[in-house]
Amino acid sequence: MQELSLNVLDVAENSVRAGASLVEITIEEDTAADRLTITITDNGCGMTPEQVERVQDPFFTTRTTRRVGLGVPFFKMAAELTGGGLTIRSQVGKGTAVTAVFGRSSVDRMPLGDMTQTLLTLIGGNPEIDFDYIRILDGRRMEADTRQFRQVLEDIPLNTPQVLSFIGEYLEENTKELLNPPPCEP
Amino acid sequence: MKSLAELQALRDQMKNKIGIRHDSDTNIRVVVGMATCGIAAGARPVLQAFTEEVAKRNLTHVSVQQTGCIGICQYEPVVEVYAPDQEKVTYVKVTPEMVPTIVTNHIVNGTPVTEYTIGASGK
Repeated sequence: MQELSLNVLDVAENSVRAGASLVEITIEEDTAADRLTITITDNGCGMTPEQVERVQDPFFTTRTTRRVGLGVPFFKMAAELTGGGLTIRSQVGKGTAVTAVFGRSSVDRMPLGDMTQTLLTLIGGNPEIDFDYIRILDGRRMEADTRQFRQVLEDIPLNTPQVLSFIGEYLEENTKELLNPPPCEP
Repeated sequence: MKSLAELQALRDQMKNKIGIRHDSDTNIRVVVGMATCGIAAGARPVLQAFTEEVAKRNLTHVSVQQTGCIGICQYEPVVEVYAPDQEKVTYVKVTPEMVPTIVTNHIVNGTPVTEYTIGASGK
């Protein structure tokens, strides 16, 4: 994986396969604490404590056709390389929360990469699932919630090309505004 | 700044239009492998390229879908094309640059791009 957004895509696909109807993705940067925290929370089928333990092991997968599962171990390794770490909270029948903490300025921290494409891939491929994306930088935040989009769209599916291109522009513009706020009035 | 009001305008505009995709037997399906192996090998920009190309050409009978690991991780990104009355075609080590050719030759004109398929790989 060359960027964190690809790890996010990969781990969020696990939420999709866990039968989640809502997946929350939060990216929080705290420059003073030099921390970048990524949380992926779902309301899917959850895991037993034993499964939580095993999912961090590269030689475990729920698949029956092969014996390796690298998604979570890759994400964990990426976090640990920067002096951070990965934790999983999960409850059977309730859902799972995966949290990865990164040393923000560590030379080993991968760039966040193209989160817009990750979200468009998730929304486009799973139009029946809701995704709530929150990005926070030093306390300021932006949010894109497909439940809100869905309410406006009524019966037009989220994966209609024109809708996806709107969501893409919405994400790009709001992210840009968050990262480069307009100067304050004097 | 994009706002929800703009989305509302888009909805009203689209409500009066036909052309929303319907699943039927005459559809062509493009399936991109999006498991860890695919993603790590670069499947996300390939998927994006297919989605954009299909939207650009307004191919309403084509649906671009995602799937898990197809089982040939060393050949990722892997893309399968299912057209009615045709055998499945498997493209391997696909890059976004190959996508316009696959869409034009195979999906629009019905001729698979043999040199990008798994049959041609490694020869």
